[in-house]
Amino acid sequence: MKYGVNDKGYYGDFGGAYIPEMLYPNVEELREQYLKIIHDADFIAEFDQLLKDYVGRPSPLYRAKRFSEKYGANIFFKREDLNHTGSHKINNAIGQILLAIRLGKKRIIAETGAGQHGVATATVCALKGIECVVYMGEVDMERQAPNVSRMKMLGAKVVPAKSGSKTLKDATNEALRDWIGNPVDTHYIIGSVVGPYPYPDMVARFQSIISLEAKKQLLEQTGKELPEYVMACVGGGSNAMGMFYHFLNDEKVNLVAVEAAGKGVDSGHSAATTFLGREGVLHGSRTILMQTDDGQVVEPYSISAGLDYPGIGPQHAHLYKINRAQYVSITDDEALQAGLLCSQLEGIIPAIETAHALAYLEKMTFKPDDNVVICLSGRGDKDLDTYIKYFNF
Amino acid sequence: MNRLNALFNKKKDNLLSIYYTAGYPEVNTTLDIAEALERAGVDFLEIGFPYSDPVADGPTIQHSSEKALENGMTLTLLFEQLKDLRKRITIPILLMGYVNPIVQYGIERFCKQAAEVGVDGIIVPDLPMYEYEAMYSRYFIDNNLSNIFLVTPQTSEERIRKIDELSNSFIYLLSSSSITGGQLQVSVNIEDYYKRIKAMQLKNPAIIGFGISDDKSFKKACEYAAGAIVGSAFVKLLGTEGYLEKIQGFVKSIRF
Ligand SMILES: Cc1ncc(COP(=O)(O)O)c(C=O)c1O
Repeated sequence: MKYGVNDKGYYGDFGGAYIPEMLYPNVEELREQYLKIIHDADFIAEFDQLLKDYVGRPSPLYRAKRFSEKYGANIFFKREDLNHTGSHKINNAIGQILLAIRLGKKRIIAETGAGQHGVATATVCALKGIECVVYMGEVDMERQAPNVSRMKMLGAKVVPAKSGSKTLKDATNEALRDWIGNPVDTHYIIGSVVGPYPYPDMVARFQSIISLEAKKQLLEQTGKELPEYVMACVGGGSNAMGMFYHFLNDEKVNLVAVEAAGKGVDSGHSAATTFLGREGVLHGSRTILMQTDDGQVVEPYSISAGLDYPGIGPQHAHLYKINRAQYVSITDDEALQAGLLCSQLEGIIPAIETAHALAYLEKMTFKPDDNVVICLSGRGDKDLDTYIKYFNF
Repeated sequence: MNRLNALFNKKKDNLLSIYYTAGYPEVNTTLDIAEALERAGVDFLEIGFPYSDPVADGPTIQHSSEKALENGMTLTLLFEQLKDLRKRITIPILLMGYVNPIVQYGIERFCKQAAEVGVDGIIVPDLPMYEYEAMYSRYFIDNNLSNIFLVTPQTSEERIRKIDELSNSFIYLLSSSSITGGQLQVSVNIEDYYKRIKAMQLKNPAIIGFGISDDKSFKKACEYAAGAIVGSAFVKLLGTEGYLEKIQGFVKSIRF
C-alpha cells in the first residue's frame, strides 16, 4: 500500500520502534506475529462475529438531513457512536484482545484519555475473563468521571497517572513502565495509532473497518463509492486513520483531519500538534510532537481529554508532510458549539472529540453535490458535565 | 581507544559506576558532584541529561529529571558546564539520556560536542539497535564515542551476540526487566542468566545496573560481572541536605 508502513516500520520519515531494550522482546514478538494472527481464518471469524453480534456492526452511515441543508452538501455521519461502549475504540480493543489471547498473554494493560479506550478495554477483558489494569491521568479521571466508574464496574483496576500534566501522555508513560516490569505475561492494548511499530499499523488495520463499511454504504446510498471529503478528529489519530484507510489510495478524496486548538493555536493552551509541533520521538515512534527547543515534550491542552495529546501517530505525520491529508484545528468554544448544534439539529449528542470534526464544517465551502463523510467517533454521555457547565443548562 | 577501554583493560572486576542527573538538586553542581565521586574512588560516571518523559525510569529519577528541568538544565547548558570537564576529572564519563533531546540538538552536533568536552560514551535507552546502526552509528564512530546497549534476561542469545559486536566498551546488564529504582533480582533464574552471559565469553565486559543500591547488592553483582552501576540510591542522597559532603561516605558504604 502506497501510504502504508514499510518492512522496517516506517512511513516515510516517521515511525520505527524507539523503545528501551526491556520492551524489545514484547514488541518483536508482536511484529513477528501480528500479521500472521490477524490473517488467520479463525481470528477473522471470531473478530467479524464479535464486531457484528457484540459491537453491533456495521455501524450505520446516516445522511444528516438538517446538517446537509445547513452546510449545502450531502453530509453523512459514520455512526461509531452507536457501537457498544459508545465509540470507535471498541473495534481496536476487540482486535487486540483476540490477538493477546493468541499470544498466550494473561494480563492486559491500557492507557486512556477520555476513558473511552479504557472502557472498551475493560469491556473486552470482562468478555474474555482477563485481568485488566487501566492507567489514566489524574486530571482526566476527574473530567471523565463517569467512565472511571464504568471501568470499575467492568472489573478493571484504574490507576491514576500522577506525573507531568496528569493526562493522556502521562498515562501512556505509566502503561509503558508497567509493561517494562511485566515483560512476559502482559499485553499492552494501545488505544490509538501511536507507539512503536507495529502498533500504528495494527491499530489502523483494526479501525479500517470504518472506511471499509463506509465505502460500501456510500455506494448503496449515493451510487458512488467515493465521497469528495472524508473528515475526522485527531487525538492520536485512530478514528481518523480508520476513516481514511480505504480512501488513502483514492487521491481524489480530500482527507481532513481536525486537531484540538484548545484555547487557540497561539494561546499557549493547545493540542494542535501539526501547527505547534516538530519532528522528534514520542512514545516509541518518530513523529511530529509538541516540544521545546531543547526537546522536552510540551504539556498540551484541550477541553477534550481524548484529543489532549502532544503528538499524532506516525502515519498521520507522514500524510501531513506529503500533503495527502489536510490538518486543521478547532478551538474548545467552536467544538462545544458544534456539539450543541448537532444535538439540536440531528438529535445526536456527540463526544467533544467528535464535535471538533463537526465544527470544521463551518469553515468549509461545498458544492451542492459534494458528498462528505464525517466519522462520528463517539457519543457525548461522558461529556454531559462539561457541556452542562459550559452552556449553563 | 578511549578512557573507557583503557579502564577496562586495566581493571577487570569490582568496578563501580555512579549515575546522577545533571541539574539536580542544583543547576550548577554537575562538576562538583563528579569531582567528589572521583575523589571517593568511583571508576566511571554516568551523567544524565533530563527528559520530560523518562519511560525507563522509576519515581526517583523521574523526580530528579523534573527538578533539573525546572532548574533550567538543557543539553546546551550541560555542554557549557562540561567545558572544563577534563581540567577537573580524569575518570571516564558517559552521558545518559533519551533520544528526543538528542534529535533536537542534532545527532552530529551532539556527538561532536560530547567528544570535544571529553566524554567517552553515550547511553540512550530508547535508541534501538536498528535505528542506531542505520542512522546514528557513524557519528559515534567518527567521534570515538562508545555506545552502550542494555541487555535483559529476556534478550535472546542471537541479539546479545549482535550487541557485543556493535559494542566497544561494555554491555549494560539489567538484573531484571524493570525501570530504574527497583530491587536487585536474585533467584535461580537470574543466576542462570548471569551464568549464560558469562558462558557466552563476550568480547565486552558486562556491568550490572538497575537495582544496585548498597554494598550487598554491589557485591552480589560483582560476583557475576565486572562491576555495577548505582543510580537511584545515589540520586536519593543528592536530594538531602549537604549532599556534597556525604558523597565520600556514600561511596565507601557501597565499596570499601
Ligand atoms: C469519541 C472519541 N473520538 C476520538 C478520540 C481520539 O482518539 P483517536 O484520535 O485515536 O481517534 C477519542 C479518544 O479518546 C474518543 O473517545
